[in-house]
Amino acid sequence: MKIRAGLIFSFLLTSAFTLATALQPRAFQWSGGSNSDNLTQMLLGDGRQILANHMFVQADVYFHSGYYPSIFDRRDASTNTEPLASEESSPHAAHHPTDQEGAKAAPSNEEEHEKSMRSPGQPLDWIERFGRKFAITQHTHLANGKEREMLPWLRLSTELDPHRVETYTVASYWLRQSLGKAKEAEQFLREGLAANPSSYEILLELGRLYDENYHDSIRAGNVWTVAMRRWMETEAGKPEPNVGALGQIVVRLARLEEKEGHLDRAIDLLKIAISRDATPHPQALREQIEALRVRLKEKK
Amino acid sequence: MNTVFCLAGIVIKELYRRKDFYVLFVVTALITLLMGSVNFFHEEKIVRYIKDICLLLIWVSSLVIAIATTARQIPAERESRTIFPLLAKPVSRGQLIAGKFVGCWLASGIALLVFYLFFAIVVGAKEGHLPVGQYVQAFWMQWSMLAIIISLVLLGSVVFTAPSSNVTISFAAALSILILGGHLHRLAALQPHLLGMLLSALYFLIPHLEWFYAVRERLIFDQGLLAWGDVTLATAYAAAYVGLSLCATWLLFRRKILTM
Repeated sequence: MKIRAGLIFSFLLTSAFTLATALQPRAFQWSGGSNSDNLTQMLLGDGRQILANHMFVQADVYFHSGYYPSIFDRRDASTNTEPLASEESSPHAAHHPTDQEGAKAAPSNEEEHEKSMRSPGQPLDWIERFGRKFAITQHTHLANGKEREMLPWLRLSTELDPHRVETYTVASYWLRQSLGKAKEAEQFLREGLAANPSSYEILLELGRLYDENYHDSIRAGNVWTVAMRRWMETEAGKPEPNVGALGQIVVRLARLEEKEGHLDRAIDLLKIAISRDATPHPQALREQIEALRVRLKEKK
Repeated sequence: MNTVFCLAGIVIKELYRRKDFYVLFVVTALITLLMGSVNFFHEEKIVRYIKDICLLLIWVSSLVIAIATTARQIPAERESRTIFPLLAKPVSRGQLIAGKFVGCWLASGIALLVFYLFFAIVVGAKEGHLPVGQYVQAFWMQWSMLAIIISLVLLGSVVFTAPSSNVTISFAAALSILILGGHLHRLAALQPHLLGMLLSALYFLIPHLEWFYAVRERLIFDQGLLAWGDVTLATAYAAAYVGLSLCATWLLFRRKILTM
């Protein structure tokens, strides 16, 4: 009797296994196939984007060592005589100076940021006054390699929403600039590029990595050229294109061309930046074009 | 006093006989260790997210243990009719309330201590140092906050008919205070006169649990020790709320008809 039961059990087990191997590929097609392997997508659906954004903000909270105004503080600030800040549409950890122009603009950004993170005025009563003794009230930024603490949240953010381009560029910036992990930054950017093939922002950051970390100006130039093409394909037709990114791409490309001795091409690129209104300092670029023209004449 | 501690001993025994604590501890340990084993960009020294997640789980678990243990104390005694022989002995209703409170508070403290030991081992192994003072402050502040919650849940168990409604309302109230408690007065300023007054009154009436929760964030972000004077004041604040809640519980319970 026991042997018979064992045989029946073995038969059923073998049948189930065989059926599973036959049905699994078909079941994959029934569910649409493409994303069924992603558990988070199945569980959370479009809610992943909200969570991804929350993770990105969490990275910013970490960047400020836990000192972060709540929505109530912001609301209060907007109605108060002492306004806290302009709307912080994107977290501060993302506002790193990306080039010379960015670096010039950085002090004013920094002032605005300091304003936005100022403590929300005098406490209104003894409860609030006493409560502040326990809360984090010092506005500091992570430094000396501690920026690594933001990375898990940025990684999780991209796991939840692989199409959030800013997360890749921000993580790459901190990885290569503060933590000396250019290889990991490159790998992460390549993951981002695989998920967002038309992203000129990721290409711009990848080019910076080749230029600043690997000192490979040829590859950097190639990547920026593709970035410019992608910008033209995706942004040029928009009513309000992201001209800031175009400015960074063409100015960097122009600098490379100048270094390579292709002065005429450098002039053409700088002209694009001026014609597209892609620079906050057009006069400086005009002067640069004049200087390049003089050098070009001398060369001839 | 002996009677109170005898009653407390029974509550503590109940904690280690029930599965709640073990399940919550294993879940906390598993999630923390799993998250700790993840490698982000080949960076070995990343630790804050582990502290963050582990402390969040500890807070949730300790709230569950404190509220669930406290909410069933008096209703269970009434339901199983063990409250009658208990009160027939020379145990007053006040002593019963005090014994139940001390028992639940000590039981929550023991559970919290185990959680914090686990937290200290995991984070200490990863960080390489152990800021004992900060851990002691964080533990004490959380335990003080649990005292407020336990006393309020005990009050709820006399007011509400079923333990389930007491648990739900207590959780909702604790979470609301943690999220909104510190901002009610600012919200009140934006409301029409009557609603504003009500919100302001609520702001001064509720126990400000968010002070105690802020210590968790200080621990995550290595913000250093709090002044011990402030910790003492916060403890006195918690003790005042506990005293008020227990008095109210006793006033309601001493005239309560205990037959179901």
